[in-house]
Amino acid sequence: MARVVVDVMLKPEILDPQGQAVANALPRLGVSGVESVRIGKRIEIDFAGDADLDRAREIADKLLANPVIEDFTVRVSDGDA
Amino acid sequence: MRIGVVTFPGSLDDGDARRAVRLSGADDIALWHNDPDLHQVDAVILPGGFSYGDYLRAGAIARFAPVMESIVDAAGGGMPVLGICNGFQVLCEAHLLPGALVRNAHLHFRNRDQMLRVQSTTTAWTMNFTEGQEILIPVKNGEGRYVADEAVLDELESSDRVVARYVGGNPNGSSRDIAAIRNEAGNVVGIMPHPEHAVEALTGPSTDGMTFFASVLAHLGGKVGAEA
Repeated sequence: MARVVVDVMLKPEILDPQGQAVANALPRLGVSGVESVRIGKRIEIDFAGDADLDRAREIADKLLANPVIEDFTVRVSDGDA
Repeated sequence: MRIGVVTFPGSLDDGDARRAVRLSGADDIALWHNDPDLHQVDAVILPGGFSYGDYLRAGAIARFAPVMESIVDAAGGGMPVLGICNGFQVLCEAHLLPGALVRNAHLHFRNRDQMLRVQSTTTAWTMNFTEGQEILIPVKNGEGRYVADEAVLDELESSDRVVARYVGGNPNGSSRDIAAIRNEAGNVVGIMPHPEHAVEALTGPSTDGMTFFASVLAHLGGKVGAEA
């Protein structure tokens, strides 16, 4: 089994109110100095055989991310990350 | 006239949409997400709700339902398609309309009666309105903020494709107060508020929603007449 990790993030120009809500809660934890927080999705795809980055990219482009509002990256997982 | 209403797993407003179709005098036809057969309908409504649980993104998985392939083809051939709320999200995901709908800017689910101004009456679903007419219909969404890049927004405005805007307060932070848009041909319309909830005095804040359904019947009637 080989794992490919897809990270999906809202494009920088799209307002992320969830991230803002988290950022606004940080002072209540006593955390200061954080400029901004943005929230995305991590998707793990386990291939039966070898890791297929091209196929993972196709899955990400057609389904996992909406290119109108989101960017994505794909990488083969090195086991612990 | 036969107007189909699609039921996806998680659709909520298919019943109300079908009721509105019946009240307008058309036959309501149940369409099923897993059945590509459109059963000879003359128009299609994609209703509100949470298709496939809104998993991944609202409308993202519904786009791949077998019925959607038939609807995309039919829309390309001019069949009127109205996407309401979750249906609007599905139309954007299916690339029948530009842009996307994302989480409300204030993060709250917003449920209220909303004033809209009808901006474009050159669509199959709004031809019976007068341009600039203000209407009151319910809005209820958590991910109703319409976004698109500036060039797309400019293009929508310059080509008369903004069908309705929010007035008296923008409920979700939508770009340029956009509540509804249409495709170039005018047969496909996506709207975030719910016309099907404003068709009877007993249950709605107005009966303004009925004009969407009357419009499509007038549009189809005109077409039949023209072909005859």
